[in-house]
Amino acid sequence: MSDVYVVGVDMTKFQKAGTGPNVDVLGSIAALGALDDCGLKIQDMQAFYCGNLGQASGMVGQRILQQIGQTGIPVVNVANACATGATAFREAWTAIKAGLYDTVLAVGVEKMSSGLLGGGGSGGISREGLFGSGTMPAVFAEAGMEHSRKYGTTFEQFAKVSVKNHHHSTMNPKAMLQKEFSLPDVMNAEMIAYPNTKFMCSINVDGSAAAVLCSEKKVRELGLMKRAVKVRASIMTSDPWQERDLVMPDVNSCTRLAVKQAYEMAGVGAKDINLIELHDCFATAEILHYENLGICKDGEAGMMIDTGAVALGGRIPVNVSGGLLSKGHPLGATGIANIYEVCTHLRGEAGKRQVQGARIGMTHVIGLGSACGIHILEKAA
Amino acid sequence: MTNAKPLPAVDFLKIPETGAPYLEGLKCKNCSAIYLGPRAVCSKCGARDQLAAHKLGTKGKLYAYSIVHRSFPGVEVPYISAIVDLEGGGSLKGNLINIDPDPKNLKFDMPVEVIIKDAGRKDREGNSYLAYFFQPRAA
Repeated sequence: MSDVYVVGVDMTKFQKAGTGPNVDVLGSIAALGALDDCGLKIQDMQAFYCGNLGQASGMVGQRILQQIGQTGIPVVNVANACATGATAFREAWTAIKAGLYDTVLAVGVEKMSSGLLGGGGSGGISREGLFGSGTMPAVFAEAGMEHSRKYGTTFEQFAKVSVKNHHHSTMNPKAMLQKEFSLPDVMNAEMIAYPNTKFMCSINVDGSAAAVLCSEKKVRELGLMKRAVKVRASIMTSDPWQERDLVMPDVNSCTRLAVKQAYEMAGVGAKDINLIELHDCFATAEILHYENLGICKDGEAGMMIDTGAVALGGRIPVNVSGGLLSKGHPLGATGIANIYEVCTHLRGEAGKRQVQGARIGMTHVIGLGSACGIHILEKAA
Repeated sequence: MTNAKPLPAVDFLKIPETGAPYLEGLKCKNCSAIYLGPRAVCSKCGARDQLAAHKLGTKGKLYAYSIVHRSFPGVEVPYISAIVDLEGGGSLKGNLINIDPDPKNLKFDMPVEVIIKDAGRKDREGNSYLAYFFQPRAA
């Protein structure tokens, strides 16, 4: 099977929810950006995988082609909660691996509204606030408190994640917020669901991201190897059975399962990874994933944030883009936006936030319900 | 039409003709996994037609929680959203009441009990509902 490379990648500047153009136009901006990034045209693409959640039944991929070129190629629209973008990317990778195509486009796009996600219910009376909370800030707060219960992780340690990621975003012109927050700023902000304050919740934004994937043969034929990024691993898992599944969505087991397979496929270990973009939908979640992804031992996540090991300049920088907490989280686009970020570092084009000497990076997303997508990427040339 | 008697707010809350309401889940005869609500197949072991009614315990321990300060319009905040492990197996998510919603009052594994009472909400037809809640109990 051919190795698969990312040759073109781009994302829009993430913007306040509701202020972006329609999904087809928004998606077309990133798609054209990714094509321009490698000097290819839509006519060069043999298939297109499009990720979007809000209009999952709305043929968003075809509508994007109606904006940028209706070439008659197969279009597959995918939805997989917050792993939607990663799923579209992985389907593109799979199709090239299978030998069906040499050039495939993957796009993730989302237009959002502001406010709480999750909760809801059906029929009878509303369950929200009657049987606890189904809102995302509360669900991920409970997941964080499970870590707190095991290892004594503190509100302050969770809050430090937000300080770090907001600091990183000041160096990312494509982040929604590019603003510093101090630890007191974060801890004294409006409490949404303890221990997550407002600044510890990801920002709903409008945004899109796109990637052009090619087989190795095609990359060489096109002379694009210099800036190409090799996909060393592409893994997707669902949540294996856990005893508290019915009351506590589990983001840990599917991540651990996925990362184990990803390291095996890539033939690398956690020590070989130079930067990670992981799913910090809430500050509490980021802490869990240091351990889930194996960049520290179980029980050491608090130490990782305390010592700055996960900050830019540290041992293993995490979410140097600003993460979902500050860059923003356009659900269906996030999984490709984090691939854009890692590729940008591997190409040495990340400007002020560049992770020096980065050769191998990892992306991770979780779609609650649950889907976990992990990619390991390596500088090709 | 409004029912004279309250309805269960979740399908695993049972209201017998006589006697006190209770919570009843399912337990897999093959692997002992416990479920809330109806299903035909065990998602842990895949066994079919092996799920038998299992009355849930009324005592448990606080496993994890969040204190919710921002919720949907009309929902009174703050409140404690709690995950409770039950004696005899199974876990429930619900509101922990009759305790001040402050992290310093909440200890992991603190003993709680399940109580069933009026949900405090009615549907559009004016029906009342019974719901379960947690409250602290002496160890």
